[in-house]
Amino acid sequence: MSTPQPLNSFRTGPDERGRFGLYGGRFVAETLMPLVLDLERAYAAAKADPAFKQAMDHHLATYVGRPSPLYFAERLTAHLGGAKIYFKREDLNHTGAHKVNNVLGQIMLAVRMGKRRIIAETGAGMHGVATATLCAKFGLDCIVYMGAVDIDRQQPNVLRMKALGAEVRPVTSGSSTLKDAMNEALRDWVTNVETTFYCIGTVAGPHPYPMLVRDFQSVIGIETRAQMQEAEGRLPDSLFACIGGGSNAMGLFHPFLDDTGIEIYGVEAAGHGVDTDQHAASITGGRPGVLHGNRTYLLMDRDGQIAEAHSISAGLDYPGVGPEHAWLADVGRVTYLSATDDEALDAFKLCSRMEGIIPALEPAHALAKAFALAPQKPKDHLMVVNMSGRGDKDLDAVARHLGGAL
Amino acid sequence: MTTTRIDARFAALAREGRAGLVTFVSAGDPDPDTSLALVRALPAAGADVIELGMPFSDPMSDGPTIQASSQRALKHGQTLAGTLALVRAFREGDDATPIVLMGYYNPIYIYGVDRFLVDAHAAGVDGLIVVDLPPEEDAELCVPAMKAGLSFVRLLTPTTDAARLPTVLANTSGFLYYVSITGVTGTAKPDFAAVGRAVAAIKAKTPLPVAVGFGVRTAADAAAIAAYADAVVVGSAIVSAIKASLDANDAATPATVEAATALVRELAGGVRAARRTAAE
Repeated sequence: MSTPQPLNSFRTGPDERGRFGLYGGRFVAETLMPLVLDLERAYAAAKADPAFKQAMDHHLATYVGRPSPLYFAERLTAHLGGAKIYFKREDLNHTGAHKVNNVLGQIMLAVRMGKRRIIAETGAGMHGVATATLCAKFGLDCIVYMGAVDIDRQQPNVLRMKALGAEVRPVTSGSSTLKDAMNEALRDWVTNVETTFYCIGTVAGPHPYPMLVRDFQSVIGIETRAQMQEAEGRLPDSLFACIGGGSNAMGLFHPFLDDTGIEIYGVEAAGHGVDTDQHAASITGGRPGVLHGNRTYLLMDRDGQIAEAHSISAGLDYPGVGPEHAWLADVGRVTYLSATDDEALDAFKLCSRMEGIIPALEPAHALAKAFALAPQKPKDHLMVVNMSGRGDKDLDAVARHLGGAL
Repeated sequence: MTTTRIDARFAALAREGRAGLVTFVSAGDPDPDTSLALVRALPAAGADVIELGMPFSDPMSDGPTIQASSQRALKHGQTLAGTLALVRAFREGDDATPIVLMGYYNPIYIYGVDRFLVDAHAAGVDGLIVVDLPPEEDAELCVPAMKAGLSFVRLLTPTTDAARLPTVLANTSGFLYYVSITGVTGTAKPDFAAVGRAVAAIKAKTPLPVAVGFGVRTAADAAAIAAYADAVVVGSAIVSAIKASLDANDAATPATVEAATALVRELAGGVRAARRTAAE
């Protein structure tokens, strides 16, 4: 094998076919293909329109509450005795997670395209809540597909969506979780193509979704650069984010990909362990396949049937990952680790008690690996963990798991 | 082989002056043995082309009926290799009826595209319909399939406008499959007049036969479409008949094969009764 040429930039993807190397693409039914091409054109036009960016920045500032703070976790830093740990506080956004950054962009696109009916899939319910929220703000109809299993374990978010006027449709096909909700949303879209905009919650799906969701989430990394410059006079040394589909991670990572001195870690959900069949670590424990419009790492059996993922965190409970992450893993720019349910719970507890910040179980996975690495780093090492969501929604699940011993 | 089974069959149908009946069942539904017996019985019941579903865990373009049939087959251990074995066994007794495999890309991708094309051709498969491979992804399977001697049957839909039609027609072979509704299989009923106009517009641009499917349930539906299309595809209605014949545990009963073939005879009657008229 020849040694591959070093890349000039890690930020040029996707190509015109929507590929990040082998990954990505447009693996959708013909019925959807004209829509996907329309969306690509509409997004290109919006990006070129200064009024779109101006309106978006306005809503980000006055409705979402951006910029989100970059917070120095002083007690955790002292406790772990190594790197200086910072949190990017996406949990402080309106609706309590990073999801809203993307949804705002997509809903503004939908309005530009004249679509009044919005559909979305949701796992933990955070993307569903963000979509229901912005549909309420812009006066659009909102239908959220959610696996029946997830409806059970994320009741507070179901109630929030209903309060916001969205219809939550339970999905009972397959494993009744996020991948099945996405199947059902795709079935709805193919049925209601003329009127409907599909607001995808992560950096997956057919091109241009992985690109546009990443672009809308990149505000996280762009702010982090400026905030770290302000706080420390230089860029960070390492970045950590959890990976389900991977949108909070792409948002943080993308603006830093060409600063090759910065270590970047994505943390997948190892569930009961990646050596069991109860995990959601597609990169660590899966292989390339095609699902939901793109080629990427997937969990599946030897015949190509998609496997059910497992994680204590409903938001990471998906058997795939965004295609750009698949590419970044192959080219080695990002290191993908995994944290088990138990490691995430330990990090959840430690963070809550030492910083007064209750993290969602999703970023608790990233915290777990950051906490493990921090003691090995020198005291001037600047570490940023993306606090992608707040943990209120998870208190029931955590209490159940810990047998009431919160 | 210079003329494919698909071409030969459509030429014969044209000589008879009638439309063909394309029947869909999921390979391995409800179990491998019953499925083979059922597929073997289809030509005598009036199926002109057999469309065989390759079961997939996540069939994004299928309605509840075909989703459930895929699940039944997978529960009985159906694999892509098993589907090819079914075709081989069918070919022992029938070398004329075209077989088109329909499904999703991932199981083929995991089997290995090159190995799959060799094995499918050797088993006696004539064509492929892969729902999640639009023309934009032709390099994946469509182009290699045509090189391997398999037809790549393309789906055309109500959203395929005049500007896009040439792109979709470019690498198609065997026949075209017009999806009569925007939606998943086995749900809405098509607007027959609109479908007739769409088929006429497609036929003006291509010499390939045009089959019409999605939402065709009865002999009367089939007859209405057979008046202007070269073939009528029926899937969910046949799969529903299979399901209705199963016991409480979704296992086959002595009535299963007959349940499907009785409906196929009825549908074939509808197709054959329809007079071919030019769509106007």
